[in-house]
Amino acid sequence: MTTMMNPYLPEIATVLEVIQETPNIKTFRVVLNNKDRMAKFKYEPGQVGQLSVFGVGEATFVINSPPTRMEYLQFSVMLTGEVTSMLHTLSPGDQVGVRAPLGNWFPYESMKGKNIVFVGGGIGMAPLRTLLLFMLDNRKDYKNISLLYGARSPEDMAFKYDLPDWSTRKDMTTVLTIDREAPGWEHKVGLIPNVLLEMNPSPKKTVAITCGPPIMIKFTLQALKKLGFEDDQIVTTLEKRMKCGVGICGRCNIGTKYVCVDGPVFTYAQLKELPNEL
Amino acid sequence: MSAKYLAQGDLSAWLGALAQGRRVLVPVRENGAVVFRPYGPGTKPVLTRQADSPPKESVFPSTERLMEFSYSKDAENLGKVALDIKETVNAPATVVFGGRPCDARGFTVFDRVYDTKTIRDPYYAERRASTLFVTLACDTPETTCFCNSVGSSPVDADGSDVLLTPVDGGWLVEAVSERGKALLDAPALKDATAAAQDQAKAAKEAAEAAMPPAWDAAPAAAKLLEKFDDMGFWDDVSAKCISCGACTYLCPTCYCFTVTDERSGMKGERIRTWDTCMSFQFTLEASGHNPRPTKAHRLKNRVGHKFSYYPDIHKGPIACCGCGRCIKLCPVSVDIREIVRLAMELPTATAGKP
Repeated sequence: MTTMMNPYLPEIATVLEVIQETPNIKTFRVVLNNKDRMAKFKYEPGQVGQLSVFGVGEATFVINSPPTRMEYLQFSVMLTGEVTSMLHTLSPGDQVGVRAPLGNWFPYESMKGKNIVFVGGGIGMAPLRTLLLFMLDNRKDYKNISLLYGARSPEDMAFKYDLPDWSTRKDMTTVLTIDREAPGWEHKVGLIPNVLLEMNPSPKKTVAITCGPPIMIKFTLQALKKLGFEDDQIVTTLEKRMKCGVGICGRCNIGTKYVCVDGPVFTYAQLKELPNEL
Repeated sequence: MSAKYLAQGDLSAWLGALAQGRRVLVPVRENGAVVFRPYGPGTKPVLTRQADSPPKESVFPSTERLMEFSYSKDAENLGKVALDIKETVNAPATVVFGGRPCDARGFTVFDRVYDTKTIRDPYYAERRASTLFVTLACDTPETTCFCNSVGSSPVDADGSDVLLTPVDGGWLVEAVSERGKALLDAPALKDATAAAQDQAKAAKEAAEAAMPPAWDAAPAAAKLLEKFDDMGFWDDVSAKCISCGACTYLCPTCYCFTVTDERSGMKGERIRTWDTCMSFQFTLEASGHNPRPTKAHRLKNRVGHKFSYYPDIHKGPIACCGCGRCIKLCPVSVDIREIVRLAMELPTATAGKP
């Protein structure tokens, strides 16, 4: 990152494509208008960006397309507040601001040669998607890759366009689950932590990466501990209300750590070191 | 350069000279309070007491435009709307005259966050570069002053460019920085006599001696963390707080902000404004979740940031300049000295993490 650039000034980008993922999640594929900057744009899997709708504001989302696939930058947005409501009105061709990359990333170097277990819930699948695709694009660097992805109902599953590939590939194992029975659903039914215990992944030379709603994370951590995973074998990513995204404005800290620059990615071991203020 | 002497009768001559091509902010009485305002003919600076609000606006305005944006329709294709954004850095040449050592030192707390090896806030950094501080050393401490307990003193020149010390009939004027030296080249200033220099030295010693005894705030860093989960402690010390945020707005070291957009038709601006960590909204997430849901959590973060997290991150310095405004001007008399003292002295309830 160039240090002397104005860190608050977004790049202008154009929405290429809008995908209605679920009733309340839309995905935006954007490209920076400055072709040179787009060609030189560098980021790491897990890093986030701020999307601006000028006149409404900015909010933070993970870049959920991997740096190995640079045709566009993909952000998935759950309809929640003011900025996300306005983002949901955008169409292809609309102009947005992008400030990225921000924050740290998944420690994929230290995961090389290991088995990888992804556990994603709902919109929490977005950051995992980045790393999963990145690993599939560097497949020989990693041993067994398995994915457990859960949502409340079939309609609430995002990234449906990825699922046929993930479910049929020979070089990964995919388990999909929903909370309650639904007509036509051919996969698992059950809460993510329970299905994870059923899958029974071995912690040996394995890293678990999990993201989802707080209640799911809480019980997934318990399940992983029960399966014998050590705290430093569990990786997650946090969310906080953010404004500046560069460690200045003062609202996303947990004690001495700023989620926008020291995070969003933390191991469970690191989280345990932090004061209790999630 | 040797020290200069400014006679009281020559004050307006020097201020007038400083104001040539610059804005000079001086403490003046306004609606019963002393605040910093631009100097002009007839302005009567109040140099006998600490201003009620610090000169924080000089470098970090309470509201400032970060950028302008505009949308424009393409005449050939009305569905296509272009967006243009323009950075709006504004850094007028400024002298802050008559602030106190605590006021000037407040910005050194900002510097470690706003202008670092990895990040440079251009709005802040450019105004910092265009602003000089002619600081008035204190002679009479107020009961709320505690600069000597946070690594400073009533005659501390840290963060200032020129230091004035009261002597008979005027002030001894000393350059502290290279930039400050240039301000001393003025007809209103005379070479200081040896007697004036001796008087200033004695005045500085007297000012330091007049302070209440210093206490050591360094152990608070570990003690505050130890009390993080002792919510009984935080409920007690925050019980009377009304979450008004006055402490943060009047604090020379509080640097938190929010960013909002204002749009009118096809144009608008992105604005930065001071924010306060004492507000429920400060950390409220769109989902409804709030990591600091009560005033006890919020006061814990404010005190913790100043006396524990900031010193930990920046290896020593406390993010408090000891000016005492948050104590003096709190409508319900919350006293940060007392909270820090209690955090260091009281045993910690060890209920464990919930």
